[in-house]
Amino acid sequence: MPVTTLAGHQIHVDAEGFLTDPAEWDEDLARVLAEQIGLTLTDEHMAAVRFLRADFATQGETATLRRISTVGGIPIKQLFALFPQKPAKKIAYVAGLPKPHGCV
Amino acid sequence: MQKRLLVLGAGTAGTMIANKLRRRLDVGTWDITIVDRDDVHPYQPGYLFLPFGTYSPKQVTRSRHRFLPDHVDFVIGEVDVIDPAASKVTLVGGRELPYDYLVIASGTSPRPDQTPGMLGAEWRRSIFDFFTLDGSMALAEALRHFDHGRLVVHIADMPIKCPVAPLEFTFLADAWLRKQGLRDRVELVYVTPLPGAFTKPIASERLGSMLDDRKIVVEADFLVEHIDPETKTLVSYDEREIPFDLLVTIPINMGADFVARSGLGDELNYVAVDKHTLLSKVWPNIFAVGDASDIPASKAGSVAHFAVDIFVDNFLEHVAGKPMTGSFDGHANCFIESGDGKGLLIDFNYDTEPLPGSYPVPYIGPMKLLKETRANHLGKLAFRWIYWNILLPGRRMPVPTLMSMAGKTVPTTTSSTPSPTD
Ligand SMILES: Cc1cc2nc3c(=O)[nH]c(=O)nc-3n(C[C@H](O)[C@H](O)[C@H](O)COP(=O)(O)OP(=O)(O)OC[C@H]3O[C@@H](n4cnc5c(N)ncnc54)[C@H](O)[C@@H]3O)c2cc1C
Repeated sequence: MPVTTLAGHQIHVDAEGFLTDPAEWDEDLARVLAEQIGLTLTDEHMAAVRFLRADFATQGETATLRRISTVGGIPIKQLFALFPQKPAKKIAYVAGLPKPHGCV
Repeated sequence: MQKRLLVLGAGTAGTMIANKLRRRLDVGTWDITIVDRDDVHPYQPGYLFLPFGTYSPKQVTRSRHRFLPDHVDFVIGEVDVIDPAASKVTLVGGRELPYDYLVIASGTSPRPDQTPGMLGAEWRRSIFDFFTLDGSMALAEALRHFDHGRLVVHIADMPIKCPVAPLEFTFLADAWLRKQGLRDRVELVYVTPLPGAFTKPIASERLGSMLDDRKIVVEADFLVEHIDPETKTLVSYDEREIPFDLLVTIPINMGADFVARSGLGDELNYVAVDKHTLLSKVWPNIFAVGDASDIPASKAGSVAHFAVDIFVDNFLEHVAGKPMTGSFDGHANCFIESGDGKGLLIDFNYDTEPLPGSYPVPYIGPMKLLKETRANHLGKLAFRWIYWNILLPGRRMPVPTLMSMAGKTVPTTTSSTPSPTD
């Protein structure tokens, strides 16, 4: 598992750059991760990220877009606007969580 | 006191469970009851072939009771709600079925009502599904009159049962159109919410290049928001538009509504269970087996079959008050029809993606993994007989229950380093 340093944070990541240890994450790091994929985080972004973190803590799995919208109350349309093209993957990346594997 | 096992759903998983457990549970101490809404058992993989006239409806349905053993009580009725605290199930109409142990095997079904515009004026005119018997039959009729235009094959969202079925349909449609001499007059488009042809990288690359070879356009990362029936257009959440003349869609798949009504479902009505034992995460006397559960495996008959093998032994331990020693690995084994009398086979589980090789015997086969062969196609066709005669009655299949790495090769070259935005 590669170890890398991002803006002073030492983190463990997988081949695609997703954090492999959710405990290494904090909101400060989220901003750094977001910059990596060209996003500047607003409160709206953070609402989605925080839901994903809280849901992961209880479910042990990264929520799908459908779950973020039905359980977290953020419409899918808005998720696409905030995290263009690949919202599920991007939110997970910024939240320091594994990419959702709901699709098999 | 007689113990009561109640099984909800007499489909692939429920029927196998009733057969296997009836042989293992003493008739003098255990009653087994199984509920389904009707007495027609469909062979769902056959729906793929109906639109092309390969099978007739008669070949893909049998009565459910023919596959159930003696001393199993078959109740025909619609499940209304489970009361897990009181250990009882209520059917529509009010009949109550108390249980000591419950197995939820109610599967998953296509829900065209979940996408605005899908059930509008164009449903069954230019918009079809083939995940239901009547949908597949209606599509057969529509294809007979289709001779030019844009044929769009579309997946609304994952997970769906048999995740390779839409690819197979696309390959079969391409071959069928060529045979009719119509391929030049038809634009074939494959629309998926996934980043590529399939969920796992090695298979996705292989299947993706098969789509390219057949000049099938792939629209990836497309999550439909609604369908505009007037302009016959798919519209995504990020406002991309895909027009169609004939749309073959896989609607959102969802578990049974009674699961949600009973407070047991996630956002798609799937029952939360331990992925190795299939025991409910909440209730110690409820299992969910087959498509109805939330395990991160493909929703497929093969998965149901391998899971039932593990479940049956575990169940006997569990009811005897012992720890369950079997652990399901998510094993799936799916044929992929690719047209012109050929097919591929994939074999994988929770941890190992589909790899090339041979199956079930290393180096010999006779089936080849991730490769188009005639033997794989014949395997797929033979499966209908195996389903009715071996699988449903719960007889032993000569293949291992847990996935095996024997015969598989792990490709050494990996494609370019991916990034989170790929
Ligand atoms: C087009 C297509 C192609 C496929 N191809 C393949 C393939 O090649 N290989 C493969 O392995 N799998 C394939 N599958 C998937 C396979 O058919 C399913 O995964 C399998 O049938 C799942 O078994 P199950 O017992 O979980 O659900 P099902 O067999 O669907 O059974 C669920 C049962 O529950 C009953 N039920 C639901 N709700 C209620 C209620 N409220 N009251 C009473 N009864 C209820 C239903 O009537 C149904 O009989 C395919 C599926 C489709 C649609």
